[in-house]
Formats: sequence, structure tokens, C-alpha cells
Amino acid sequence: MANIYSIHDALQKHSIKLMVGIVAAVSVGGLVEIAPLFLIENTIEKVEGMRPYTPLELAGRNIYIREGCYLCHSQQIRPFRDEVDRYGHYSLAAESMYDHPFQWGSKRTGPDLARVGNKYSDDWQVRHLIHPQSVVPESVMPSYAFLATTPISGDEIAEHLKTLRLTGVPYTDDQIANAAADFAAQGNVDGAGAEFDARWPKAASRDFDGNPEQLTEMDALVAYLQMLGTLVDFPKIVPDADFNR
Amino acid sequence: MTISTALSPGRVPDAPVAYRDDVVRWFMIAAVFWAVVGMLVGVIIAAQLTYPALNLGLPWTSFGRLRPVHTSGVIFAFGGSMLIGTSFYIVQRTCKARLFGGFAPEFVFWGYQAFIVMAALSYVLGGSQSKEYAEPEWYLDIWLAVVWVTYLVVFVGTIMKRKEPHIYVSLWYFLAFIITIAVLHIVNNLAIPVSFFGSKSYSLFSGVQDAMTQWWYGHNAVGFFLTAGFLGMMYYFVPKQAERPIWSYRLSIVSFWSLIFVYIWAGPHHLHYTALPDWVQTLGMTFSIILWMPSWASMVNGVMTVSGRWDRLRTDPILRFMIVAVAFYGMSTFEGPLMSIRAVNGLSHYTDWTVGHVHSGALGWNAFISFGALYYLFPKLWGRKAIYSQSAIRLHFWLGTIGIVLYITSMWASGIMQGLMWRAYDSLGFLQYSFVETVAAMHPYYAIRTVGGLCFLSGVLIMAWNLWKTATAGEPVEAQPATPALQPAE
Repeated sequence: MANIYSIHDALQKHSIKLMVGIVAAVSVGGLVEIAPLFLIENTIEKVEGMRPYTPLELAGRNIYIREGCYLCHSQQIRPFRDEVDRYGHYSLAAESMYDHPFQWGSKRTGPDLARVGNKYSDDWQVRHLIHPQSVVPESVMPSYAFLATTPISGDEIAEHLKTLRLTGVPYTDDQIANAAADFAAQGNVDGAGAEFDARWPKAASRDFDGNPEQLTEMDALVAYLQMLGTLVDFPKIVPDADFNR
Repeated sequence: MTISTALSPGRVPDAPVAYRDDVVRWFMIAAVFWAVVGMLVGVIIAAQLTYPALNLGLPWTSFGRLRPVHTSGVIFAFGGSMLIGTSFYIVQRTCKARLFGGFAPEFVFWGYQAFIVMAALSYVLGGSQSKEYAEPEWYLDIWLAVVWVTYLVVFVGTIMKRKEPHIYVSLWYFLAFIITIAVLHIVNNLAIPVSFFGSKSYSLFSGVQDAMTQWWYGHNAVGFFLTAGFLGMMYYFVPKQAERPIWSYRLSIVSFWSLIFVYIWAGPHHLHYTALPDWVQTLGMTFSIILWMPSWASMVNGVMTVSGRWDRLRTDPILRFMIVAVAFYGMSTFEGPLMSIRAVNGLSHYTDWTVGHVHSGALGWNAFISFGALYYLFPKLWGRKAIYSQSAIRLHFWLGTIGIVLYITSMWASGIMQGLMWRAYDSLGFLQYSFVETVAAMHPYYAIRTVGGLCFLSGVLIMAWNLWKTATAGEPVEAQPATPALQPAE
């Protein structure tokens, strides 16, 4: 019977056979672990309340990615007593189903942000991003003051929504057609209006950065942070913001 | 070939082959340069975590943008230049054939270096796509895929013209490394660009599937880039430096196939207790534990190759680098399976323990085996009798070793401590520590880590000086010229 040594002996004298052997050996694990995730229906549970990001939230998310926030902040709460007490209900697969790419992170130099939305005021978020040590003296986070002075425009945001729709995010024609207008409207001091609210259920619209004169990257990032983890209605689990800080 | 072999019982002496060592020399110079740059950025970001004012408040100098410069700088720039360069050196010697492909090896060199420079610039300017160790955006990914496939063609083309019937062990590992990295890179980076003229793209996958794909990629970047590729290096340079054959050929066969088969399953251990389905987590954990065995088989094979030559560890600092590298390989491939056990991972995940684990492998194994290879190669490539200063190698060895020990012990302490603090409850049933209290507790360990990194970087600077002196002022080899006289390619 052929054993591994005789099989190997044949392969190691022929470069193409050796390559085929390698491809076969390294393919099995990936196929078994990844392919079923796309096919098994209960991989992502059905939940109420999930919707794609609004144009401004999406821009804020792209700033979060650009600055590498995920390198120090996870967005994935594990089902442990201490994590649920500190951050809230453990994360569900459905909550990141529109995240291209995912932002679960791998390191908590800072706290988890999966449910940071509405836990602090806009004012706290802005001060913290401008000078983290002014509100949390022991923090090792860098200053992101430049966000507050960098204007942002929604001119191209519709293209982003269209691209995401190609990857499977269910943006409607209506949402894409009004993307640029909704982008600006979400930062209005007086709110974005009824049409916006109908198009983007549960989306908050206000002046996020405390500067109504201008729409800045700070508006976008705070809009994103303030919606994180707020879409799915969980039974009342109220995490303690003090311990999350 | 077959006729001459049939006619004579012994080996027909081969005509000397004109090896292409120019490209190898370039890759070795690039590797030393990127080692300095990548580790310097590492020391800077370690200092930023100790003193956040060092982020300077500028977009381009913040931790979040510099961290990928560090990781790509040491893994892909330093490690990648070492791997491609040594694989070109080894494939020519073990096949007795000149590098295949005319201009293609030059293209691999310049194409790869251009990729590194463009990737680093893109991170600093905010062009990361946020997949760890796969941060470059779509246009750089396509460029790298072209360079990488060319690399595969050069490598396999050279093997095909070999004058040896067998393909040497090192080359199995290099082949597995090149092929698997190509597959991982292409699949994990599947994305749709927003516009043909813009850098931004959106990953084809989302959420849980994206997480699994990313860590299938991420863990096997460790498995095939930092393990299989470097084992290829180990299987050539350790026997050469120790002047002993590989201890067990059969063990190398078993460990090769089991390593590449098992490694690919281990990715899900990065996603324990997440929204990834439990069955995948369990598979990932199981295979991660199994992985301990093929890993240690390679370690045993490397270490035992020196048996009968142990006295040389006292006198030969280059061999010492290599053997300590293999020992660190053994240590971190024991620690890895331990950390992949779900209960242990519950404590270690998200903490500095992971960072320490990575560095015991990266500094102890990848960097030390690379240093050994560099000290072996520089005299050969530049036609010198030996490295310029043996005592500088010894100094480098000790600075490096002390640096690693400071680094990994401080990260063990901070990681385990922070993990325990996060889950601590007081007698009334409340969480005992706020998050920021656990951050404040990290400060002394972050300072120790920075010092450890500085030690390691100092050693590398000494090595750079020593290699420079070897190439420019070393005692030349007189009997035979550095590069054999040019001959028509065969």
C-alpha cells in the first residue's frame, strides 16, 4: 500500500505534481470552514431593526477605518458576565451584516465600541476626540482635533452606496437618489425632516460636532459612533457607562 | 543528464553554473534597510502607547496610521525581502540552475519594493482598508498579485530546469509559501472599487463571513509567510552553518504535509466567543492544538541537525542565532495552541498577551533566523572570508535576546493582568475596575516594552554596520572570485 513516503517520493521529483499536492492540502480547511458560512441560513440570525448606514454614518465609518480605530477598539462583545455588564448585550452576527469590511477588531487598548452609541453626549464625544486626556486623563488615545476643522462633502457618497449595493447591502433607489441631500441634511441643527426619517428609520439627525456653520469629518464620525449598537432592540440591559470609560 | 548518469556510477561533476546573485544581493540590502525602518516605527508606536503626546496630534503620525507601517514594514518588507532573496539563493544552489526568466527576477525585486513603498505611503495618508496585515487598497492588491505570480513563475521555472532529480526540502516549503500566499491574498482582498480613479473599495464580504475570511488569511499569513517560508530558510541555512545533514528526512516529509494541511484550519481561533458559529470555532481550536505536533516536528528536526556539533554554539555566534531562533519557534508554537483553547483565549484575547505572543515568534524566530541567514550570506555574496566583526555579532545576539525577553515578559504581565482586571468583581457584585483603570495599570509594562524594542533595534543597527563593513572592507576571498565568470545560461 502506498504510504506517505512513497507518495511524497513521486511528488518531490516533479514540480507540477508537487504544486498540485500543495494546493490540494491547503484547500480543504478553508473550504470546510468558510464555504458553509455563506450557505447555512442560521449563520446570521433574523433580528428586527437592522438597516444599512445612512450616507453620513457611512462617511463616519470610513473615517473610523482610515484612522485605524479598529486597531485599539473592538466592536464585538463576548457573552461573558463582565463584558455584558460593561458594554451591554453580546454582539450578534446580524449586527455586522452590512459591514464591508467587518470592524470586530482584535485588541482592546481602548474599550469595546459595539454599543457605544448614545452612551455619551455628542459634546463628550467631540471633546474626547479633540483631546482625549481632557475627559479621561489616563487615556493613551491620540488627539483627533483635525477632524473638527476638516470639511466633508457628500458629493460622491451616492457612488459609495451604489458600490455597497453591488456587494449585497439593500440600499433602495430612493436612498441612493437622495444620498447627497440626506448626507447634508443629517447634520442640520433642526433635524433632517420627515422624508429623511422615513428613509432612514431610527437615524438621529442633528448638529453632531457643535459647529452648525459647517459639516465636518467630526460630524460624520460622531454620527457613526452615536448609532453603534442602537439599531437592535434588546430586552432592557443597561450597561454602566462609567465602567465602560 | 540521464545518459551521463547511466554511464557513470558516480556523479558527473557539474559545470559551474553562473548563479544570478545580483538580485539576491539587492534583496538582502533591502531586507536590512526595511528591518531598521520597520523596527524603528515599532519603537515609535510603542513609545506612543507609553506617552500619547508622541502622537503629535498630526493625522500622519497617529498610532492608528503608523501601526500598519510597522506591521507591514517588518513582516512584508523585511520578512518578504528575506524570503524572496533567500529563496532565489537557495533554489539556484539546490537545483544547480541559474535563475529562470531573464528580466523577471529584476521585476520581482523592483515591483515588490515599489509595492512596499506605496503601501506605507498609503497608510500614512489614510488609505487603509482595515483588514489587519492586508491593509493595502485594491489597486495595490492587484499590483502585488502581478508581482507575486511573476515570483512563482521565476521560482518554478528555476526548479524545472534543475540538474538534481530531487526537489530539496527547503523548496517544498518555499513553494507552499508562494502558492498559498497567492490564494490567501487574492481571496481575502476581493473587493469592489467605488471608482476606477479612486482608492476606496468595499470588501465583497461582510460581517461574520468577512471576519472568517480575514482570519483565514491572517492566521495563514503567519502559517505560510512567517512559518512555511522561514522553515524553508531554516532547512537550508542550519545544515549549512552546522555542516551537518538534516537530522531526519522522513520527519521533514511528515511535518511538511501535516503542517500545511493543518495550518489552514486554525484561523477561527482568532474569533472565539464572537458571533462566528460555534462549530467553526471548535474546528479552529481543534486543529490549532493538533498543529502543535507538526510545528514541534520541524523544531526537533532543526535542533537535532546540530547534534554532534553542539560545541559550536559556544564559538559560532551565527549558529547560535539560528538555534535560538528554532528554540523560539518551538516556544511560540507551543504558546499558540495554548492560547487557541477557548477558555484560555477568553482571558488572553483583546489583551497584550497576543501582542507578546506574536513578538516571541516575530523577533525570536523570524528575525533571529533572518539574522543568521544574513550573517551567513553577506560574506558569500560579496566574496569575503568572514563577517567583519565576530564580536559585534555576539553583541547583537545579546542585545537581541535581552530585547526579546523584556518585550515578551512585559506583555505577558500586562496582558494577563488586564484580562484579569476586566473580569474582576468586588464583594458587592459590581465590576471592580473601570476600563481606564486597566489602561493606567499598563503604563510601566508599556515602558519596559519600549526599552526592549530599543535593545532589539540597537542590535539591528549594529548588524547593519557590521554587514556594511563586511561588504565594503571585509577580507576578500582570493582563491575563487565572488561571482563565477559569466557563462551562457543553460
